[in-house]
Amino acid sequence: MAILGFLIRRILTGIVVVWIVASAAFLLFFARPVITVARQLAGRAATPQVINEVIRNLGLNQPIAVQYWHFIDNLLHGNLGFSYYTGESVNTMVRQDLPPTASLLVGGLVLWLIVGLAVGIVSATRARSVFDRLSSLGVLIGLSMPTFVIGELLILYIFVPLNEHGIRFIDTGYAGPSQGLGPWVGHMLLPWITLAAVQAAVYTRLSRGQLLDTLGEDFIRTARAKGLSERRVIFRHAVRAALTPVVSQLGVDIGQLLGGAVVVETVFGLGGLGQVSVQAIDTDNGPVIVGFVVFAAVFVVAANIVVDMVYALLDPRVRIS
Amino acid sequence: MSISGVEFVGQQAVAAETAEEAGKIEGRSQWQLTWRRLRQDKVAVGALIVILIMIVLAIAAPAFVAITHHPPNTAYPIQGETEAGNPVPPGTAGFWLGTDGTGRDLFIRILYGARISLFVGFVTTALGTGAGVAVGLIAGYFGGVIDTILARFTDAVLAFPYVVLALALAIVYGPSLPEMIAVIAFFSWAAIARVVRGQTLAIKEKEYIEAARSLGAGPFRIMFIDILPNLLAPVLVLATLYIPTAVVFEATLSFLGLGIQPPTASWGNILADAENFYTVAWWYVVFPAAALLITTLAFNLLGDGIRDAMDPRTERVLASARRRRRGKLKDWVRDANAAGEN
Repeated sequence: MAILGFLIRRILTGIVVVWIVASAAFLLFFARPVITVARQLAGRAATPQVINEVIRNLGLNQPIAVQYWHFIDNLLHGNLGFSYYTGESVNTMVRQDLPPTASLLVGGLVLWLIVGLAVGIVSATRARSVFDRLSSLGVLIGLSMPTFVIGELLILYIFVPLNEHGIRFIDTGYAGPSQGLGPWVGHMLLPWITLAAVQAAVYTRLSRGQLLDTLGEDFIRTARAKGLSERRVIFRHAVRAALTPVVSQLGVDIGQLLGGAVVVETVFGLGGLGQVSVQAIDTDNGPVIVGFVVFAAVFVVAANIVVDMVYALLDPRVRIS
Repeated sequence: MSISGVEFVGQQAVAAETAEEAGKIEGRSQWQLTWRRLRQDKVAVGALIVILIMIVLAIAAPAFVAITHHPPNTAYPIQGETEAGNPVPPGTAGFWLGTDGTGRDLFIRILYGARISLFVGFVTTALGTGAGVAVGLIAGYFGGVIDTILARFTDAVLAFPYVVLALALAIVYGPSLPEMIAVIAFFSWAAIARVVRGQTLAIKEKEYIEAARSLGAGPFRIMFIDILPNLLAPVLVLATLYIPTAVVFEATLSFLGLGIQPPTASWGNILADAENFYTVAWWYVVFPAAALLITTLAFNLLGDGIRDAMDPRTERVLASARRRRRGKLKDWVRDANAAGEN
């Protein structure tokens, strides 16, 4: 029951956070002088009549409070608004552009956790070995590399040479899982590696440090003294205790993951929410940006609640209350 | 270890003590100790040298223009492009690193990009460090409601997807250098504020703070004169490690078209442009990427080096490694001799 109360409270706080983010995004965009917005939309050479028409059509002549009320009212009905240019519903746009982004995030997250934790655990159990030193070097390089540079180098040194030799398995652009597992992995492999690279470095460093600290604890000595195998000591006792800070870090990093997705989608031309929002910037398409920001906020809040639940399951010392 | 050996060392140590008593004892501040340790760290010194070279190259960019006669924004459609309109490779017609997609000198543009990157890196880190220290001190020192609000706000900033805010600001104010500096600085203070807050919470309970308060010092005097100096070490490390983050941040925003706008050169927008020439001009990607990587790697290595140098435990680790190499006794003898000679 305690867990239910916790869940309800977290969801309520989450709603407040989403409301604040949505309002901030709305005000940032719509509190500008109407004429600025309209002129951008109508183009530089627009006559005053055209500008007035644009203002009327888009409801920009209403007081900001009324516009805000409409915005919140729509939001409560699950309506994210309509594109300025095509009149298309932002909900539809989100639904259309979500698959590439979801593919990217899920695959990237799995790859980053597997690589980060595995390398971190091996490095910690073999501290100061050649493997440890090499992985430390890799971590430093990973931390210093901007995501888009990793993507560009992968394209230059993997995609381009393979393509020149007629190997078309690895490809740019997007193919969904519905087109078959092969094409999906082929299209997504380089984006996954790119998205995972920087974060895998962070998690390698984090899990290595945590595990090294944990291995010095008394309960590890006790476990060894009981005659448990080293494998059991590390995986059943040490890793579980060392992982809890890593999980709580994950909640913070999920927001950054979205930023990474914007970059990776742009580099590999995947389409998706990130690339579409960059395009919406270029065209000054306010409702699309605001809609996507609200969607991103909901995602980050939800993901953080999940992370906190996992955290509580992993660490019995954390009481949900 | 033989008995005579111990005696020998003992004699030397006594000699050393006498010599020190003769007035050779020199107090060293924490900063002097840190600098001594840092100088012994070959990697950190190398990184520092690389950074200094980068700074010199960036400052001297106009001098290279004078040598090559290739201003950064001037296109050379005839010498600088192949017949198909592609970039020419390094070393062609006086273009040391080749040309870019519109026939401009890539080397010169990378140098001008370095000016932007380093400027943005230093300025945003300075702004963010100042703000982070102030927020952390105020939250930690006053506590209560102020702390709750500031700490929640700090957590919110840390969890916020920065690209989303950058997108929003770019659309409202138009991409520009000041807008970009504001965005990067806005995200740079939170990590520092969190650390400073934690340290302030611990330090404000110390006796000397109580002493300062009983002498009539106000809260701001205590925060900035009594607490702040104790925090400088971790803040310096965090700031050094933030510079590469800011450089990457600038490059990423410019890459997405939300930062420095062409024709002004930035590593990010050079690399964005290079996307169109993957198959014909490897140098167009590799050289700006290398400049970016070398710079960020150097700052990361220097930051790690400073952190190790500030940590007194590192000295013991280094010393014990030295002793293991040479054999314990020999090392003691050497130390004792060295002290005796002084």
